[in-house]
Amino acid sequence: MVVRWIAERAVKWVLIALAFSALASLLLIAVFIFKEGVPFIVRVGLKDFLLSSEWDPQAGRFGVFAMIVASLCVTFGAMIVGAPLGVAGAIFLNEFVSRRITRIVKPAIELLAGIPSVVYGFIGVVAVAPLIREHLGGPGLSLLCASLILGVMVLPTIMSVAADAISSVPNSYREGALALGATRWQSVRMVILKAARSGIVAGVILGLGRAVGETMAVIMVAGNTVQVPGSVLDPVRTLTTNIALEMGHATGLHRQALFATGVVLFVVIMILNALTMAAMKRGHAGK
Amino acid sequence: MNADVKIEVRNLDVFIGNTRALRGVTIDVPARSILGIIGPAGSGKTVFLRTLNRLNDLTRGFRATGRVLLDGADILAPGADVVGIRKRVGMLFALPVPLPMSIFDNVAFGPRLAGTRSRRTLRQIVESSLKAAFLWEEVKDRLNTSSLRLSGGQQQRLCLARVLAMEPEVILLDEPCSGLDPVSTARIEEALAELKARYTIILVTNNTKQAARVACNTAFFLMGELVEVGPTSKIFISPSDPRTNDYVIGKFG
Amino acid sequence: MRIPPRYAQNIAVVLLGGATALALAALVFIIAFVMVKGMPAVNLKFLVDSPREMGRSGGIFPAIVGSFILPLAAIAIALPAGVGTAVYLAEYTLENRITRVIRIGTDCLAGIPSIIFGLFGFIFFVTVLRMGWCILSGALTLAIMILPTVIRTSEEAIKAVPRSYREVSFSLGATQWETVWKVVLPNAVPGIMTGVMLSMGRSIGETAAVIFTAGAALRLPTSAFDSVRTMAVHFYLLAREGISLENAYGTAAVLIVSILLINAASYWLMHRFISRRAR
Ligand SMILES: Nc1ncnc2c1ncn2[C@@H]1O[C@H](COP(=O)(O)OP(=O)(O)OP(=O)(O)O)[C@@H](O)[C@H]1O
Ligand SMILES: [Mg+2]
Repeated sequence: MVVRWIAERAVKWVLIALAFSALASLLLIAVFIFKEGVPFIVRVGLKDFLLSSEWDPQAGRFGVFAMIVASLCVTFGAMIVGAPLGVAGAIFLNEFVSRRITRIVKPAIELLAGIPSVVYGFIGVVAVAPLIREHLGGPGLSLLCASLILGVMVLPTIMSVAADAISSVPNSYREGALALGATRWQSVRMVILKAARSGIVAGVILGLGRAVGETMAVIMVAGNTVQVPGSVLDPVRTLTTNIALEMGHATGLHRQALFATGVVLFVVIMILNALTMAAMKRGHAGK
Repeated sequence: MNADVKIEVRNLDVFIGNTRALRGVTIDVPARSILGIIGPAGSGKTVFLRTLNRLNDLTRGFRATGRVLLDGADILAPGADVVGIRKRVGMLFALPVPLPMSIFDNVAFGPRLAGTRSRRTLRQIVESSLKAAFLWEEVKDRLNTSSLRLSGGQQQRLCLARVLAMEPEVILLDEPCSGLDPVSTARIEEALAELKARYTIILVTNNTKQAARVACNTAFFLMGELVEVGPTSKIFISPSDPRTNDYVIGKFG
Repeated sequence: MRIPPRYAQNIAVVLLGGATALALAALVFIIAFVMVKGMPAVNLKFLVDSPREMGRSGGIFPAIVGSFILPLAAIAIALPAGVGTAVYLAEYTLENRITRVIRIGTDCLAGIPSIIFGLFGFIFFVTVLRMGWCILSGALTLAIMILPTVIRTSEEAIKAVPRSYREVSFSLGATQWETVWKVVLPNAVPGIMTGVMLSMGRSIGETAAVIFTAGAALRLPTSAFDSVRTMAVHFYLLAREGISLENAYGTAAVLIVSILLINAASYWLMHRFISRRAR
């Protein structure tokens, strides 16, 4: 009896310890990235690090401004491609076709999320970049190419979350609108999009997070030149790709600079996380 | 302490959240007999049963004051061995809940928890329990098939066998026949009639005729209060409280 | 000018349907493209042979082994931690400030990009703990990466187990842990497996977190402290460094087929799970 009681207590403490594994990992990651990166930022100066576009490790120049701009542009471009397609797909599959078709098409599109990013990148290199080069000019590997590829990559994420939000709108809303003589599209536009708004926003922000953080696909298609892009056909280098490109051979100050790039990325992602949570919470409060 | 009293309930008050589910219940449950409990919906019968084996500990917002003495020891006392109490006080639920495993494993669940490992001992326990629940003949050839494939009536008897296999001292039954046909009901009642020689049984039922048929004593609950308790014949023929009379003759509920 | 509702409706259907078709077309194109270009390179020899000349010729056997060892090891690490967390959250505590903090931590972890995991794994496991580029470093890094998925799906699965099962178990004298171990977890297995499959799919396609922690050795590993190369990494190196386009396509084809199989298995499991719950 006593043995059993002790075992029960022990299990409980083990479970409590395990329950903190995710939180502990998160803190560990934050601590190590910051520990490597923050002293560097302090040394170079936050302003010089964030606002200079000169990245020349050999010469000891470490400014990530161009990469921040590039990350934002690529992400924004990906959203222009992915968000309308994802949300449109979610609406179409929920409101305009039969359940049977939805049950086949939705998992198929979600399969897109399972294709490895290196494969996307490769498709970009061999199929998309040449088209851009021939028809629009420039080197092909560019901001545009990265946006297109990333847009398709984040599409399933956005669609999946948006579709869940739309399908959780009570049927009575639809019927109410239709009973008043609205067409399907009017009921979508006036009732359903309003009711599902916060879920759709959450899906878009989630896709945004994936786009900001994507690395391998972008390395392959973005061209990787450090510059503030003048047009969508210019090659760019993002925060993530900067880390991956140089991590293999960086030492000393250079390596610290890459961790400092990681710190910037980490902060951006945490802000996006907070936004997602806020959007989700608003959705729950609204219901 | 009266040797023939198995459970003494003294001034039991139960709150669930802000609802007062039981107020001032005082009752003696005699050993080796069947106590029937009747009363309209929401009168606290289920809450009462679940307090007796501390299953209400799982209910959010549950609070109890008063004393419940099982063989003289207070089961509501802070240091009480909850798991030990539940082993001594078995419970059968309103709807049959066979666990999604084989018939054999269902019945052997309690004995295994108690540490019985020998296959032969387990077989014996399973057989005798199924026999006592009048189910053995129907399932003896398919002990290793899933319990979910039994009929509702068979499932409820399986649950009874599962309780018996634990070798409890007290058996609580919460409307065990509410979902069953008359034949299955008769079989359960048959089993209870035999079991009362060995166990202390408390039977909650919405069916007053069932209480009249099988219970030795009957208690009437109303809105969380124990209105009256006494020998079944007295409760049904000449109750001392007019509310009991109204309920028994079917004026409300 | 106002567009009459009927026309607006038709225009909307065309646009929305077109967008959906475009997304589907992208999927079909990517898979078809890789298969058409890659399948000619794939034969038995390609699957069971070792790579030669950095992968210019020969097969991809070590990479196939790596692609399964690494995710499986990661799952072996993440599963106890993730299911333990889910059990604690669902069975041992009510919602309070601590569970809220744990949930927020899990959500944040889920949002961290894989390159950050790669950076962390490199500095912590490879460098600080001196484990070097090896299976263990890679598996630990991947384990942290998939932990949120395992926690979420396991918790869903645990919560879907009927309350009455728990009550029966308790009423038969089981302790909290006995109830979890003998009743709750066995019934949550299909749901937990769904999470495992999702995690498997995600880690098998992962590159950024793996390349800096498990390295890219071409030899077959003999211990947990050997470096290993996955198909995703192999494909990346072949394609990016232009070593062999033909073998790159072949590797991609094998990788995609593996992922499709894993996904199909997880959908099958999920459906079995849902239909069982409905019963
Ligand atoms: N889990 C719970 N949460 C909140 N209130 C509860 C809970 N369980 C019971 N109650 C309340 O306690 C009171 C007694 O309920 P109880 O289930 O004991 O009734 P009963 O006599 O068993 O009724 P029935 O014949 O319908 O089964 C009711 O007012 C009910 O609302
Ligand atoms: Mg009841």
